[in-house]
Amino acid sequence: MAKYLLLKHYRGGPAAAVNDVPMDQWTPAEISAHMQYMRDFAARLEGTGEFVDGQALAPEGTFVRYDGEGRPPVTDGPFAETKDLIAGWMVIDVDSYDRAVELAGELSAAPGAGGKPIHEWLELRPFLSEPPTITE
Amino acid sequence: MDETLLRSLTPSVLGILVRRGIDFAAAEDAVQDALVEAVRVWPSDPPRDPKGWLTTVAWRRFLDAARADAARRRREDLVDEEPTPGPARTVDDTLQLYFLCAHPSLTPSSAVALTLRAVGGLTTRQIAHAYLVPEATMAQRISRAKRTVSGLRFDRPGDVATVLRVLYLVFNEGYSGDVDLAAEAIRLTRQLAAAIDHPEVAGLLALMLLHHARRAARTAPDGSLVPLAEQDRSRWDTRSIAEGVEILQGALARDQLGEFQAQAAIAALHADAPTAEETDWVQIVEWYDELARLTDNPVVRLNRAVAVGAADGPRAGLAALAAVDDALPRYTAVAAYLHERDGDLARAARLYSEAAQQAPNLAERDHLTRQAARLNARGRR
Repeated sequence: MAKYLLLKHYRGGPAAAVNDVPMDQWTPAEISAHMQYMRDFAARLEGTGEFVDGQALAPEGTFVRYDGEGRPPVTDGPFAETKDLIAGWMVIDVDSYDRAVELAGELSAAPGAGGKPIHEWLELRPFLSEPPTITE
Repeated sequence: MDETLLRSLTPSVLGILVRRGIDFAAAEDAVQDALVEAVRVWPSDPPRDPKGWLTTVAWRRFLDAARADAARRRREDLVDEEPTPGPARTVDDTLQLYFLCAHPSLTPSSAVALTLRAVGGLTTRQIAHAYLVPEATMAQRISRAKRTVSGLRFDRPGDVATVLRVLYLVFNEGYSGDVDLAAEAIRLTRQLAAAIDHPEVAGLLALMLLHHARRAARTAPDGSLVPLAEQDRSRWDTRSIAEGVEILQGALARDQLGEFQAQAAIAALHADAPTAEETDWVQIVEWYDELARLTDNPVVRLNRAVAVGAADGPRAGLAALAAVDDALPRYTAVAAYLHERDGDLARAARLYSEAAQQAPNLAERDHLTRQAARLNARGRR
């Protein structure tokens, strides 16, 4: 019973990407198949009682911070911006870490160009939780 | 309308129906119908025997449903021959529900959800809130669990250890949501202890009461953790401690030691000390030795190292820690604590901030970060 965040990445990982044809060069049917795969995945996790939440993110992003009274927030900079990295996320609630890895692997196999798995990198991060009753 | 009364009656009525051979899901539907009827009727016409009333109405609802369903005709013939429901028996049937809900074929999260629903009488919404998942997710988890157990019969007693594990999971889940799961776990364990004569059930109940007694002192008003040694002991619930100790003594007297009794004994020794310094650490180490013998759990050896450090000094604690796997959660935090007591503040500060990185929850992370900051500030002065 631990919650995990599955972060979907726009970019591939350190190893050479296997099926990295950009989405705008897929056929409409391939895009539909990809979306359907993710919808089916989420629906199945709803069925097993492991789904918590999921959203897609737009590829635009802005950095904002407080810079003193009367001054405008700063909106760009040389940061590692998540908009280059993060395409969306899903939160799952599963019995074990192994189960979370299994599901992430499955979601990463969503079909892309040519109906082949896109081998998308998914980052898996556990949620920090409320403290349990026993702390001593 | 007395919601607590309804909640406490629900599992036993459900247990009676299931005992009479009704499928779990159908029995639950019938009980839900009866509860709705009770909410409608009772305010103007309160029953003399609420449980008998609920059982009778639920039974009729089931019969109605069975009659309406042609496929169930054969079962209808069977129930026709059954005697009409008389006054309901108590604990026995609920006990069967405990075993069913903790059945080994269920995953831990499903067993917990089903127990809270069927034995605890909580609504799906309340359980979902407590576990911070959408109601639909919890509804699915529960209905899958119900499907898993619906073919099972009550011809054999279940495994008490599994039931206790499920109840302890509920207890340890914390306090989020609008239902206090720790209090709920105590209520259910109490009920189980009344139904079954088993020293480990008593041990678990004692352990929960002793932990729960310290709850008010465990966090500061801002939500930060207060370690055991710094807790305001006047805020401990002495009634709960006395009850826990009494239950534990009764269990220990039966000379069938189990891990929950040993853990409760350790908690009792902490609760018994007027100040942290007066804690009987030597005896606590002995109980940890017993516990290690019973469970061979690495977490026990980790906690034992803390106790050894308090009983025989930090060097002895570090020696005990050296025999523990350093990949264990909280290993680094324990090492930091022992090195600080040994006077190696720089190393302790480094270990505290390393431990904070690995903390499993926010309160613990903040606590460990503060420990590191405290030692670093001292180093700069």
